[in-house]
Amino acid sequence: MPTAIEIFKHLPKKNCGKCNYPTCLAFAMQLANSKAKLEDCPFVSEEGKAALAASSAPPIRLVKFGNGQRLVEIGDETELYRHEKKFFHPTAFAVAVSDLLTKEEIRGRVKGICSFRFERVGQILCFDAIAIRDDSGDPSKFTAAVEAVAAASDTPLILVSSSPERLRAAASTIASRKPLLYGADAQNLMAMSTVAKDLGCPLTLIEPKGLNEMAALVTKSKGAGLEDLVLDLGPKSLKEQLERSSMVRKLSVKKLFRGLGYPILVDAGKGEEAVLRGMLAVMKYGSLVIFEDISEAQALPLFVLRQNIFTDPQVPIQVKPGMYPVNGAREDSPILFTTNFSLTYFTVLADIEKSKVPAWLLVVDSEGLSVMTAFSAGKLTPEIVSNALDSSGAREKSRAGLLVMPGMVSRMSGKLQELSGMKVLVGPKESSGLPKFLKNL
Amino acid sequence: MADVPVPKERWSGKIGTVVLGATPEDGGTRSRSLVLGGETGMPFLSYEGAMPNRPLIAGEVLDCPGELPELVRKEFEGATEDPVAWAKAWELRGADIICLKLHSTNPEELNCSPEEASQTVLKVLRAVGLPLIVYGSGHEEKDAKVMEAVSNIAPKERLLLGQAEESAYKSISAAAMANEHAIISFANLDVNLSKQINILLTDFGTRKDRIVLDPLFASLGMGLEYSYSVMERIRLAALMGDSMLQVPLICDTTSAWKAKEASEEIEGQDGLEERAMWWEATTAMAALISGADALIMRSPRAADVVRKARDDLRGGI
Repeated sequence: MPTAIEIFKHLPKKNCGKCNYPTCLAFAMQLANSKAKLEDCPFVSEEGKAALAASSAPPIRLVKFGNGQRLVEIGDETELYRHEKKFFHPTAFAVAVSDLLTKEEIRGRVKGICSFRFERVGQILCFDAIAIRDDSGDPSKFTAAVEAVAAASDTPLILVSSSPERLRAAASTIASRKPLLYGADAQNLMAMSTVAKDLGCPLTLIEPKGLNEMAALVTKSKGAGLEDLVLDLGPKSLKEQLERSSMVRKLSVKKLFRGLGYPILVDAGKGEEAVLRGMLAVMKYGSLVIFEDISEAQALPLFVLRQNIFTDPQVPIQVKPGMYPVNGAREDSPILFTTNFSLTYFTVLADIEKSKVPAWLLVVDSEGLSVMTAFSAGKLTPEIVSNALDSSGAREKSRAGLLVMPGMVSRMSGKLQELSGMKVLVGPKESSGLPKFLKNL
Repeated sequence: MADVPVPKERWSGKIGTVVLGATPEDGGTRSRSLVLGGETGMPFLSYEGAMPNRPLIAGEVLDCPGELPELVRKEFEGATEDPVAWAKAWELRGADIICLKLHSTNPEELNCSPEEASQTVLKVLRAVGLPLIVYGSGHEEKDAKVMEAVSNIAPKERLLLGQAEESAYKSISAAAMANEHAIISFANLDVNLSKQINILLTDFGTRKDRIVLDPLFASLGMGLEYSYSVMERIRLAALMGDSMLQVPLICDTTSAWKAKEASEEIEGQDGLEERAMWWEATTAMAALISGADALIMRSPRAADVVRKARDDLRGGI
């Protein structure tokens, strides 16, 4: 978004008040904060509108394909590093299906792709799209394959062909699914952009030569009236992938150059190399990855990496408060408590597991703060712990009457003993001391 | 044709270097010494700065394998029972360094003496030509004695000793300084604490070119994103000129094996062996991309994957 001063330059400076603000400068300030709309000014010139629209456009364009609940949204990123704010649209993962397969085989393959569903910390992890490849060069085969995949699943689709005619024929049959077309190169750009425009689908540009050549391709596409673009930079190595993607992101978000501000597609191929390309895309600016093939054992770590990298750094990741049984905890097992900051929880959990001693882990709601921070902020008090014991039904689950507290906050042991009526033991200061502590309990 | 500008950042800072391992020329017995660090830009961006030394992969060796996962034992075909055989296996598998963890010295378990444990260091040094990282058992008081013994038994080898923490850094840094070894400074997931421990160490007399920083790399699914961003912030601060952070970074990715997904079967999913390998490889890749100069790894297959990726990222060097 441009600043108020930048916007002000394009306003008529009449201070007429028709926008409901006393002066043009006041209106500009509201615009800069997205609290007013440019249309409210009856006098702003067409050039002014165009200039402001261009400078307020997101540095990386948001591109959507698919429809309904399974819509894929990529791009619209504003940061170089996730700690600066956050990364907004998680890298989408797609798996490819060849049109050389029989109808039966296609059905089986789609079923396989869709059966990868995994729930982790409240999120469902599954593939975001299916890419159908025109390997046969036979228009009827490609169209039939696209129809077969579309019939077998509501997953968003990517249509892969180098022929504008075959792409048009296949995409027309499922145009309402709004597939991503992949794609146009320097040779077939004009024909491809006509197809994309006619069908209202986003188009992928392919240019492995370099960023100068890609920028030229983008300019031509925009000249042809296309805005929804995705870029395949065609890197030959991980080095090229990292460097080209990093340059595009930096040029776009630091506003050094606006001609490459589109989401990046990585055609990952298969095998170990593909997994590595996928990881790199997740960490460094890839918005969509197509795998030729990927096993469940390779996919899960990638999905979790994506989950990790795309978490909002300003929101501490929290674990649901409550009583968690560890190592087969029973009624006679002790209760240990900690806070609901996920890192704290993971560390304590791993150390209790290491001890192999059955125990209950009571996760107290500290609003996502770690033990010491929560203690200092008054979010971990004897009262709060005691309330957590009540609300989690802890005393029914564990009848041992034994409560182990983090050694760092031993100061609150007396009060806690009084409030809880349990025998309170001061545990080790560092969670790594838990295995020994629990074994000697 | 549109001319796309190269978005080169002009950094004022530079990461310092640390030499590990001494050859006979320098009074040691290593077949070669290795250099960590020296970057003048963010990781692997050759258009922005140089990365003169490739990030190194250290193979983990435990002097008592204890709770080492069965899958890892299998990968080494039994060599994990003997630290010397284990280290040799790593050398054959292309490790750059050996990371020997003297868990046997843990006073709560085997409680081996510093002298006994340092004999293992000597044996490993005789068996392989690679530089060595040596850790104790993580027990502060005992580690102080163990590291003193290790430092003295291999005085000229330029070992990398782990680890100095804010609460316990004096005896270990004294042990390292006495025989010109390098030292790992450890801080718990925080840019300022990282800086703090390096200030303490240098104030105490440790040379900056003997310090490698470990800001704690949390594994995939267990807080990786925290570590990833702490690493990036440390590296950015260093390149912007914060001299106390201009040291190479080391990440221990063996913690990946603690993750549930890397150690337990998942209903309806096969391939635990494959998944565990990728769990560590993914953790290590995130460390590498966020600025690691050295990785401590457990699985040789994961190390193979990461080594290939590292070389590819450096343009095949």
